[in-house]
Amino acid sequence: MTEHKIYHAGIDIGSTTVKVVVLDQQDQLIYKDYQRHHSKSREKAVEMLKAAVSASDADTVTVSLSGSAALNVAQMTGLDFVQEVYATKVAVDTLIGDVDVVVELGGEDAKILFLTGGNEERMNGSCAGGTGAFVDQMASLLSLSLEELDRLSLQHQQIYNIASRCGVFAKSDIQPLLNQGASKADVAASIFQAIVNQTIAGLAQGRDIQGKVCFLGGPLTFLYGLRDRFVKTLELDAEHAVFPENAQYFVAMGAALQSKKTASLSVEQVLEKLKKAERKTNLTDTLPPLFASQEEYAAFCDRHERNDVEYTDPAGYKGDAYLGIDAGSTTTKLTLIDQDEKLLYTYYTSNKGDPMHVVQAQLLEILKLCGDRITIRGAAVTGYGEELIKNAFGADFGIVETTAHYYAAKKFNKDVDFIIDIGGQDMKCFKLKKGVVDSIMLNEACSSGCGSFIETFASALGYTSADFAKLGLFAKHPVNLGSRCTVFMNSSVKQAQNDGAGVDDISAGLSISVVKNAVYKVIRARSASELGENIVVQGGTFLNDSILRAFELEIGKQVVRPKIAGLMGAYGAALYAKSKHPTHSELLDEEALRNFSCKAQHAQCQHCTNHCKLTINIFSSGKRFISGNRCDRPLGKAAKKLPDAYEFKRQKLSSYQPKPGALGKIGLPMGLNMYELLPFWYTLLTGIGFEVVTSGFSTRELYVKGQHTIPSDTVCYPAKLMHGHIEKLLNDGVKVIFYPCMPYNFDQDMGDNHYNCPVVAYYPELLAANIEQLKTVRFLNPYFAPHAKSFKKAACDYFHAQFDVPRSQTRAAVEAAYAEYAAYQQSIYEFGDHALQYAKENGLQTIVLAGRPYHADPEINHGIDKLLTSLGLVVISEDALRPRERFRVNVLNQWTYHSRLYAAAKYVTEHENINLVQLVSFGCGLDAITTDEVKEILESGDRIYTQIKIDEINNLGAAKIRLRSLIEAVGTKQAK
Amino acid sequence: MAELIYDQNGRLLFTEEMRREYTILIPQMLPIHFKFIEQIMQEAGYNIVLMTSTDPEIVNQGLQSVHNDTCYPALLVIGQMMNELNSGKYDLHKTALMITQTGGGCRASNYIHLLRKALKKRGLDYIPVISFNLAGMEKNPGFKFTPKMIFKLLGAVVYGDLLMLLSNQIRPYEVHPGDTDALLEHWISTLLDRKMSIRHMRRTLDEITESFVQIPVHRTEKVKVGVVGEIYIKFAPLGNNNLEKFLAQQDCEVCVPGLLDFIIFMGDHHMVDVKKFHIKFMKGFVSLLMKKLFVNFQNKLIDTVKKYPQLRAPSDFETIKSLTNGYLSDGNMMGEGWLLTGEMLELIHSGIDNIICTQPFGCLPNHIVGKGMIRVIRKQHPTANIVAIDYDPGATKTNQENRIKLMLSVAREKIEQQETAQATAQKQQQMVNVK
Repeated sequence: MTEHKIYHAGIDIGSTTVKVVVLDQQDQLIYKDYQRHHSKSREKAVEMLKAAVSASDADTVTVSLSGSAALNVAQMTGLDFVQEVYATKVAVDTLIGDVDVVVELGGEDAKILFLTGGNEERMNGSCAGGTGAFVDQMASLLSLSLEELDRLSLQHQQIYNIASRCGVFAKSDIQPLLNQGASKADVAASIFQAIVNQTIAGLAQGRDIQGKVCFLGGPLTFLYGLRDRFVKTLELDAEHAVFPENAQYFVAMGAALQSKKTASLSVEQVLEKLKKAERKTNLTDTLPPLFASQEEYAAFCDRHERNDVEYTDPAGYKGDAYLGIDAGSTTTKLTLIDQDEKLLYTYYTSNKGDPMHVVQAQLLEILKLCGDRITIRGAAVTGYGEELIKNAFGADFGIVETTAHYYAAKKFNKDVDFIIDIGGQDMKCFKLKKGVVDSIMLNEACSSGCGSFIETFASALGYTSADFAKLGLFAKHPVNLGSRCTVFMNSSVKQAQNDGAGVDDISAGLSISVVKNAVYKVIRARSASELGENIVVQGGTFLNDSILRAFELEIGKQVVRPKIAGLMGAYGAALYAKSKHPTHSELLDEEALRNFSCKAQHAQCQHCTNHCKLTINIFSSGKRFISGNRCDRPLGKAAKKLPDAYEFKRQKLSSYQPKPGALGKIGLPMGLNMYELLPFWYTLLTGIGFEVVTSGFSTRELYVKGQHTIPSDTVCYPAKLMHGHIEKLLNDGVKVIFYPCMPYNFDQDMGDNHYNCPVVAYYPELLAANIEQLKTVRFLNPYFAPHAKSFKKAACDYFHAQFDVPRSQTRAAVEAAYAEYAAYQQSIYEFGDHALQYAKENGLQTIVLAGRPYHADPEINHGIDKLLTSLGLVVISEDALRPRERFRVNVLNQWTYHSRLYAAAKYVTEHENINLVQLVSFGCGLDAITTDEVKEILESGDRIYTQIKIDEINNLGAAKIRLRSLIEAVGTKQAK
Repeated sequence: MAELIYDQNGRLLFTEEMRREYTILIPQMLPIHFKFIEQIMQEAGYNIVLMTSTDPEIVNQGLQSVHNDTCYPALLVIGQMMNELNSGKYDLHKTALMITQTGGGCRASNYIHLLRKALKKRGLDYIPVISFNLAGMEKNPGFKFTPKMIFKLLGAVVYGDLLMLLSNQIRPYEVHPGDTDALLEHWISTLLDRKMSIRHMRRTLDEITESFVQIPVHRTEKVKVGVVGEIYIKFAPLGNNNLEKFLAQQDCEVCVPGLLDFIIFMGDHHMVDVKKFHIKFMKGFVSLLMKKLFVNFQNKLIDTVKKYPQLRAPSDFETIKSLTNGYLSDGNMMGEGWLLTGEMLELIHSGIDNIICTQPFGCLPNHIVGKGMIRVIRKQHPTANIVAIDYDPGATKTNQENRIKLMLSVAREKIEQQETAQATAQKQQQMVNVK
């Protein structure tokens, strides 16, 4: 009689693929299968598992399911479920053995397992950066296949900084790079590097990835460029970097191994159980349908059909014409209008990562069309690629996007007071008051659901985006997918699919989600009336009827969607060009166009600490165009020396140089509240005999060095930088580091209390708990309260106990410290006075760049102060305004730094020629409260509120749009 | 209709007249405790309604009402209130809202202001908002704590904590499903009948505990999971997607540290403020008294539970505080402050290695005292199995549960290993015996 054969089957149902394996009695892999499920995970899983068990010659089998989408199948079938990270651990333990760390990247999950030195398994938390799906999106953004992306990445010459905390941030870093002509090879490698950084910072969170590292999961199996970045960054040699065979099957194999603990079943029994997982629906969280009937839809179409422009046949037209180009982040649009503003020609295409080539080809096409009959009198460019295209092709005007869109929208509704533009990658909304842009809202990370998201989703499900959208129109039960970021939507969709939602319900649900995201996250409207009376919607995404309908339903109002919704930027630019009554256009002629070529070179600007990465485009005409710069210095122009309080503060802080002292060196990390209190602590510590050294201003490199000890990836960037500052001090060989905890700040009597935020207050404790190396030095993080009279005694006691400093010496040093702190503040106030006076005398506008003292760090503000002065504005900071009397605000005004924001806003409303721009660090919880209040104060004084969100993201594109629109709006307002 | 009266700062007051006419809505946080509070306030003559709805619309209302980056508890509580006001169940001119106010450097101190802002945006600023606090902030002529009420509320906290502790420890092992919940219901009504009397507290605590241990149980080795975190998310089912229920379904025993610690922490907090930061509080003395009172209650509770070896008694406040030595200072007080770290350590010390640290997405204090301390706790206690879970409007249950399941797999593996080790040891022992 033959032996009874028990085999072990494991199935891994992931977010995009299904993997099945069968192991024999000796744990040998005898069957494997890997397929994409196109979001039909359950059906695919059942089908593949059936095939697997049927194919084997086993008498009985044990089966376990694993993977992010398997839970539901397990519940329905009653088969065993193994959590996928745990499955990986089992597989690695059994099949490889002596591994220290496992890094596994999946479609939408990233995991890390520490197997030695304290077992620990981690998955990406709520912020999910680089994963497989992210690589897919990036590849399509670059119009490359995964293979091409991978191959190119290995040929890179340099790596750009691409924010790694979230895919959305990364995207907005990549687009400008492409538009500025960076090579795809470099961008590809930079994308992989961002994933590596995300893994180290977001997942390892303070634990070092050391020893033998095993890499698993699809992306790490197929993408050699990604492997390369991991190996290089972690400095692993061949022996310590393990890329096992069948890496993509490890979860399934782990499940198979783990299934041994379950009862074995006959093949028939397994098939019987699988039947239970056949399509069942148990959707609960659904929304009303978009359209109740075909008639309703017909009426809707009919209404929107009417919003069209007039056209002229270019073949029969003779006369003047005006050209508008919208060089967007992912698409390029061109329009040509005639003397009567009728459309002669339009063009819309994805720029495939090479906008210049697209424009070159189109201009040739247009010139051919024009022949001798039509003369282009003027051309205007707008959009992300505005400056590059304008310089490359000799366009006459460059205008900010908000202006272009306003010009176009006005054509459809002259009373327009609200414009919302949803494009592929970004969303722009602006309110207009009497023809002036009143406030601008752009999408940020965590509010990123845009058109391309739907497109990516449609193609993942195997549809074109147009077909996919149509499916949603008559969906009976659209699923409620929430409104946060795309990563969350992915998992919401996964959940809906698990619950049995149809593609139509998902399509409608996604449309509603994008709209909700726009209304609640980007516009942050509380009621429809807040938006305005005359709303024009535009951007390619609104051509999708489901989105348009969802928008109208959500705000409860009818809106105007121009038939040329996707071309509005270009159309507006053409209208703008015409409004300027140009007579002769500088646009390149046919011959120059034909010979046009462009070469991009890269350099790093050495003029200041920002070290902007410059792209120098050299055109065939010999003309050069430099991009990536923040100020005019690399352009060879003499820098305009407008007053800049940020620069002043930096100079002032740099003046506190170490003086040799008897007690030796003491290091201060230069971040968070140290930006305000350096004069105080420096004077105190110097006074008692220390040589005070600081870690200096932050740089990107400094951040990367400290990244591996950050425990919470959602904390603000200024706090994250502290890890780098500590590393810097440690590397400099400083043996004593001083960084006190301060729940209370100095009391300027401008609020109800004088706290620091919890992060500023307690970060030293977090550093002590997470930077192992701090144990090798004396890290002093006492709780101090210098606002209190008793501080002097506390300091005397402390330094006496710690360093035997005579109390009298500390007492004198404390007094000197208070005096120096007061003098430092005084000097900033005086600078503020001087700057305001300068602006007045020279007829300039002033901007209060309002944030926190630590926003003066060039790595935190990314040179926004310089950008402002280069735009001809005088810059002061919120702490350059003298403290004022308390006044009533509608929130609890209990943080010292934040009281200054309210006071600055109030000051702005009381003075002419001054405006406020608020700098907000991403993840700053307190600014969720201050931004609304600052906005209210400004708006009560009829001022425009402008907010710039900053993070590690190193791209000033969005900031530029905001600032230019602000300048334009202020100009128009004053002209009136 | 009651006249609208404002104080000198323009705050709408809850007047004596309103007290007679108005319905007061309060949000749910701790199912047992708040049931008591609802009843106590009703007996004191307030028309209180505890909002228990979990309608998905709550999140939508929250998103519309407050800045979306505001902490999730504020979004939920305010969303729940707006949803309730929208329901048509109440005459809005005869409705007031009540919310707790804590004070301190965390943004939670701003909830009440955010709520007023939200009301104003909707043109509902004629609805008075009552601050529920014992620190004397924002007084209202129509709402006063009488000594009688305060004593009952004290009872509610102590009895609530005990009932929560007992039911969590007994329910997973009960032989007849439903026994524990039936007894819980019985005690809730009995205690209310007895007016939450704290006069014979020790006796009542004994009585309750004795009745719970009478429930027939079948003890098996189950995964024990401690839940700590930001106070609302940790306790409120609406905030944590019904975490306790999920863990029960996963066949776990749940341990949620009670409310007493947090209240004592608040009293302690004021005294540290005075000592360390030289903040002058009039209420420093009151805080000291409050702390002493609650410490006394806590000791009674602990003593009672300790009589039963099958039950796990919580550690007292000072013990928890001393556990945090070497991790962080007691000056770390914003939000849950050092107490959160202390609760994780206390759980580990009492043998509960598996911990879920819950927090709203981007919670500021938790960056430090929660996520920021996990690494060092694990270093000192390598067996600790801690998972940090973020809660917010966009986070999906699937993702949260998947991460919790990972933590549970590790926990189960440990139990299996222990069982195998025990079995091997037993076998060896038998072999020896045979010889």
